[in-house]
Amino acid sequence: MIGSLGQPILFLIALGFGFGPIYQKAGGGSYIQFLAPGIIAMSIIFTAIFSGIEIIWDRKFGFLKETLVAPVPRLEIMIGRTLGGATVATIQGLIVFCLAMIVGFRPVSLILLMPAFLFVFFIALLFTALGTAIASVLEDMQGFQLIMNFLVMPLFFLSGALFPLSSLPAGIKIISYLDPLSYGVDGLRGTLVNGTHFGLGVDFLILGILTLLLLALGSFLFSRIEA
Amino acid sequence: MSNIIEVKNLVKKFGDFAAVDGASFSVQQGKIFGFLGPNGAGKTTIIRILTTLLKRTGGEVLIDGKDPQIEANAVRHSFGIVFQDASLDDELTAKENMDFHGILFKVPKKIRRERTDQLLKYVELWDRKDDLVKNFSGGMKRRLEIARGILHHPKIFFLDEPTLGLDPQTRNHIWNYIKNLNKLEGITVFFTTHYMDEASRVADEIAIIDNGKIIKQGGPEELKKITMTNSLEDAFLSLTGKTLRDEDASLSERMRDRFRRRPHR
Repeated sequence: MIGSLGQPILFLIALGFGFGPIYQKAGGGSYIQFLAPGIIAMSIIFTAIFSGIEIIWDRKFGFLKETLVAPVPRLEIMIGRTLGGATVATIQGLIVFCLAMIVGFRPVSLILLMPAFLFVFFIALLFTALGTAIASVLEDMQGFQLIMNFLVMPLFFLSGALFPLSSLPAGIKIISYLDPLSYGVDGLRGTLVNGTHFGLGVDFLILGILTLLLLALGSFLFSRIEA
Repeated sequence: MSNIIEVKNLVKKFGDFAAVDGASFSVQQGKIFGFLGPNGAGKTTIIRILTTLLKRTGGEVLIDGKDPQIEANAVRHSFGIVFQDASLDDELTAKENMDFHGILFKVPKKIRRERTDQLLKYVELWDRKDDLVKNFSGGMKRRLEIARGILHHPKIFFLDEPTLGLDPQTRNHIWNYIKNLNKLEGITVFFTTHYMDEASRVADEIAIIDNGKIIKQGGPEELKKITMTNSLEDAFLSLTGKTLRDEDASLSERMRDRFRRRPHR
């Protein structure tokens, strides 16, 4: 867990203090305040996707085989695994939240911390389910590398975690709008810093629907695993 | 004595390739049954089909009178399995692994507790019950998997290469556990192995599979007599030929290789 905290902290400190002055000069205010929700989201999705992908290894060499021969419905196994992974990812997000506070980040309101936590959990759930769905279909860990580079990285970088979505060129803006994480990041930013691009209601709705869809997809694909 | 496993004309195709091509065999209740075959013969595929992990393309399979594809959960209650690759949770203790299994298989708590203690003592891991499995040697892990596999009192015990890579003392202990379980509890044992001498000493009945078909089934002595050889290994070679079975490494083997070179955990 300590190892996986390294990257978010690095991003926070390097980018936060590095781009801080430029962002301030461009009229954006405190970059650390803007960036922190994005970094929290970053730690969540990387942990979440990875715990879903672990299934590939677990299926052949690990504990998953034991659950597949148990008289337990596949759906229950999948839900249990997804909730477990989402919990770990959520805790990861909370730790990064605390670390961000040490670096200078200040959430704007205490009341909004509850909905913020909800956003954290939804992001964790959505991406754990996504990882599970992908892992149910992949047979080889090599595919995992491809997924990281061509799916997770773009999802993260184009989600508005690092820069505002408002002034993007049209092409990139469209992709960002299609990115589920954009709504998660926006929701986090809205509840922690008070500056949303889409509006909290929209964020919540889209995130909720996508999470449910991915849970359904993940369960379906998982139930068809043949060990 | 009834047949607790019945397989008739089993077929499994992967695309155009028939991994199992009309295999038929049966296993009598209470016997120790050895399933032997060269690499790529279809052993693992058949075990996966028998243990509800893979759907068959054709043929009939009955485990304790039930079809594993139709009544999967009922069939899962009636067997226990030790896989070729470990399936323990390394981050839990031996006792916790046993508890988890008991919960998954819906064993009532009181029975689970008593049986866990009894089995851990039986495989001589009682004094290590609160140690984390990741600190166990390969032999200890295998013994724990045997204890865990029969926690829920199954009628059949599947063992896929149970003594692979173990030292002679452990191998001896493991076969003794299995033979005693078979004698005391009447569990039907279905195992695969490449160690022909062990199979010869332990099995009541043996089926030899090659190219997806059963080529011979019989007791070890019977097989030696038919092939006019003095050891089961020679009988096996006589029936399956001496040419090398070169085949592309399966995905599992490639992953296993990578895992050995760079341990994941």
